[in-house]
Amino acid sequence: MSIESISLSGRKKVVSNKEMSFLERMYLLAIVKGMIITIKHLFTRKVTILYPEQVREMSPVYRGQHQLKRDELGRENCTACGLCALSCPAEAITMKAEERKPDEKHLYREEKYASIYEINMLRCIFCGLCEEACPKDAIYLTTSKLLVPSSYDREDFIFGKDKLVMPLDIAMKNAQLKNAK
Amino acid sequence: MDSTLIIEKSVIILVVFAITMLMAMYSTLAERKVAAWLQDRIGPNRAGKGGILQPLADGLKLFAKEEFEPDTPNRFLFFTGPALAMTTALMTSAVIPWGDKFHLFGRDIILQATDIDVALLYLIGVMSIGVYGIMIGGWASNNKFSLIGAVRAASQMISYEVAMGLSLIALLMMTGTLSLREISAQQAGLNWNVFYQPLSFFIFLICAFAETNRTPFDLAECETELVGGYHTEYSSMKMGFYLFAEYANMFISSTILAVLFFGGYNYPGMSWAVENWGVNIANVIGIGALFVKICGFIFLYMWVRWTIPRFRYDQLMHLGWRILIPLAIVNIMITGIVILRAEIFAYLGF
Ligand code: SF4
Ligand code: SF4
Repeated sequence: MSIESISLSGRKKVVSNKEMSFLERMYLLAIVKGMIITIKHLFTRKVTILYPEQVREMSPVYRGQHQLKRDELGRENCTACGLCALSCPAEAITMKAEERKPDEKHLYREEKYASIYEINMLRCIFCGLCEEACPKDAIYLTTSKLLVPSSYDREDFIFGKDKLVMPLDIAMKNAQLKNAK
Repeated sequence: MDSTLIIEKSVIILVVFAITMLMAMYSTLAERKVAAWLQDRIGPNRAGKGGILQPLADGLKLFAKEEFEPDTPNRFLFFTGPALAMTTALMTSAVIPWGDKFHLFGRDIILQATDIDVALLYLIGVMSIGVYGIMIGGWASNNKFSLIGAVRAASQMISYEVAMGLSLIALLMMTGTLSLREISAQQAGLNWNVFYQPLSFFIFLICAFAETNRTPFDLAECETELVGGYHTEYSSMKMGFYLFAEYANMFISSTILAVLFFGGYNYPGMSWAVENWGVNIANVIGIGALFVKICGFIFLYMWVRWTIPRFRYDQLMHLGWRILIPLAIVNIMITGIVILRAEIFAYLGF
């Protein structure tokens, strides 16, 4: 077989530049055909999602705003190892580690924790590499189902622990759900 | 002239004016809705139920916009343009018979602002003045895009006017009158002209698209090349007037199509309705029938707009001068032969 006639997709169409017949040159048939196609669309189901009332379902792998996880007892998972910051191609993550005091055992799971943990949402490209790098299951982009909201100031896009850490009540609810199963 | 006639005509003129405005207003909504539906969307639906108040919101917005004016030496013309476009768009409705005679308060009321016997000529005349609004506006804008848009509109109108006039001549040869009232009356029942003059109707339809500057002939305002065409420099309600005039024109040309070729206010079974239900009820149904036809044509305009892409300018001129005009002349000849067939047969000795 010559290379010209191979069609891997099976949809190859040879473009011809032949003279159009009289009927084709009138375009009327083509116009009527086109109008039949458009009128069919008048009766098809509309694809519009009425946004504020209806929200489009997010894909299960959708990467939204990061969330720092808590475990079943409500303790923060992150141990401030810095692997996420190291893996981040956009240099978006900074943190400061701190040693856990004996009376903070109910707050942090590991002996070391991040006292400051900041992600610059303007730098972040939502690649998800931090999630893959984390050895402690501490950071996730897929579970929060949150979009990073817009704002007027650049400072507002540096998200600290106040915005990133999963709220305690949600952690407790998750734990209950897990136990109930 | 007695005063009741003046009152009667004033009322009719006011009502026709209001209805034209209303139809133009709601055509803008219909256009957006039809566009959306044909593209699998829903369209404007926030203002009022199903977007029913959208035209009011649009109007309010246009009124509230800043009145911007380019630095033009032709300030007077700049203001005249939109006014002229609007005026001519509204003037055409004067001779259209909206219905047959009503019999009210012991007198016959004709649903027509004026029944002049050269109504058709008047229509063609006023429609060709319509281009002045566009031309003056485009010229006074002092902007090359506007100017090109205006020049395009003018030459397009002139080209298609010829074919339009010729297509109507064939119709005139058949009807033998220029009065729209008589033309309507001749089409009683299902004797619609479109069945006798399909070619004439077809040419007229294409020319009507061109005259109203609708896609596929909207070269005067094609966004892809000319920003906004002749109304590039206009803003606020002056811009609104141009857009409004376009929709009013669309409504009027739909009406003309319905009156000339689709029987106007006639519907099958009208004479039966007159006998059994009386003149007035039959007439109300007749007005309804006319508006159904008009809405059908308006929908056709929109349907075509969202189907066919725009012509290239040389294609447009080619279609007008080298296809439609010869076609219209052939149509006139055929009509002539059919009208004189008895004489021709006699002459040939059959
Ligand atoms: S998602 Fe990617 S870019 Fe964003 S913080 Fe994580 S690793 Fe960095
Ligand atoms: S989020 Fe994970 S990877 Fe990043 S510092 Fe905390 S434990 Fe380490």
